[in-house]
Amino acid sequence: MDVFAYERLSDRAVAVSALRDDAHAVLLAGGTELVNWLKDGILRPARVLDINGLPGLDTIEAEATGLRIGALVRMADLAAHPEVRRDYPAIPEALLRSASQQLRNMASMGGNLLQRTRCPYFRAEVKLPCNKRVPGSGCSALEGEDRSMAIFGWSEHCAATHPSDVAVALAALDAEVTLQGPDGVRTVPVTSFYRLPEADPERDTVKERAELITGITVPASAVARRSWYLKVRERTSYEFALVSVAAGAELDGSGTIREARIALGGVAHGPWRLPAAERSLIGVRADDSDGLKAAIEDSFSDARPRRNNGFKVELAKRAVVRALQTAAGVAAE
Amino acid sequence: MSADSGRETTILPEAPPVAGTAGPAAISVTLVVNGAQRQLDVDPRSMLVDVLRDRLGLTGTKKCCERGECGVCTVHIDGRAALACMTLAVAAEDREITTIEGLATDGDLHVLQRAFIEQDGFQCGYCTPGQIMSAIACIDGGHAESEEEIKEFMSGNICRCSAYPQIVAAIQAAAVSAEDV
Repeated sequence: MDVFAYERLSDRAVAVSALRDDAHAVLLAGGTELVNWLKDGILRPARVLDINGLPGLDTIEAEATGLRIGALVRMADLAAHPEVRRDYPAIPEALLRSASQQLRNMASMGGNLLQRTRCPYFRAEVKLPCNKRVPGSGCSALEGEDRSMAIFGWSEHCAATHPSDVAVALAALDAEVTLQGPDGVRTVPVTSFYRLPEADPERDTVKERAELITGITVPASAVARRSWYLKVRERTSYEFALVSVAAGAELDGSGTIREARIALGGVAHGPWRLPAAERSLIGVRADDSDGLKAAIEDSFSDARPRRNNGFKVELAKRAVVRALQTAAGVAAE
Repeated sequence: MSADSGRETTILPEAPPVAGTAGPAAISVTLVVNGAQRQLDVDPRSMLVDVLRDRLGLTGTKKCCERGECGVCTVHIDGRAALACMTLAVAAEDREITTIEGLATDGDLHVLQRAFIEQDGFQCGYCTPGQIMSAIACIDGGHAESEEEIKEFMSGNICRCSAYPQIVAAIQAAAVSAEDV
């Protein structure tokens, strides 16, 4: 680990201008990702700027119109918030299925969104070709171990997936990320916050370098109140998703879907919404498993599984059906 | 990678040792550890686990994976379970740090320490300090309602001896005695 200077910041504008003026400065919040990057040499900053003291970024505001989550709110605190549990159940479920007790206590929500892929080639202790780690060096996964890789939206430059669980829930619930930059504040839907890898996979998100995530907003809705997160993984706990689904379903009095939301995790460079499936599901009975599966089928026609991850397609379809039924509170037929 | 893959393999240089020295750009910090204020100069790169062990002599907190995966370095920071291997010591200034050494009062073991002994919750014992720190947070946070919930909240603490059933039993026993108090 190279030597760096450590500074504690107390002003958001100072954080933004430091990022704009100094290419060797990075921000520290919970540290659960940054410290790994420092240890692995993924980042070699000259300055580490501790933003935990920035005012006004550690509150959760649950109002009738929606939820506002400060960027420094810890995962564990959001997961335990009573109104979040009641009105946005997919969010705490996604958080509680993430990481470990210790990491959830430490990790911030802003940092959660800025996690980088767990692709073993990106994280390798021995340097291997990885366009995300060293642009232009190649992609080891294309000829190597690709079981955990993307099935949607990958390019010949990168097939990595994004590891955040809660980002999937936020994408399903139409959440937006608030960014403060040198030129002011803007909001970006979570669904377009993550980029496709294309030819420059070193950029994970549309966030500019000098932008600071200040918070996340989630609109209140009937589907958010009837939402759930299903994570499929190789261990019961403390493991990243092979495939995950955040789903919301609002039913009419007869148990027929009136409105649906679906986002997938573990299948793309970021959360992968299924808008066509959401439209097709309207009018389908929530207890009709075959009907649900038929309604989402077309949304998988653009899936491009790789050599060893074809199983993700069928796994994701089944997980969507189960997540929708759990969200709607109905048992399968 | 194999030699015939045509790819260049570079071994990253060893990270320089920083734990035991103040280093070239030392910062003065005040840590509150087990109720006592400790002032010292630390290298900004020093992890809390190294400062606790090498600078303050608190070797009860163990060190193993150094990447937030195994849980042996679990301490409490402001009353919550946290990983000392993923915490920069400089960033822990003025926060209340509790280690395994801070649990006993006047020589009386903490209820969780007694429960681990009574339920045989360890074999080699290396993960035990971290297990106990996580177990206290698990009970205090109200997450010891069921075996399933305990396993979920304790999944960040790995036991190579696989004493898991006894660890769960110790937490259940301690959770019951905590209710009796």
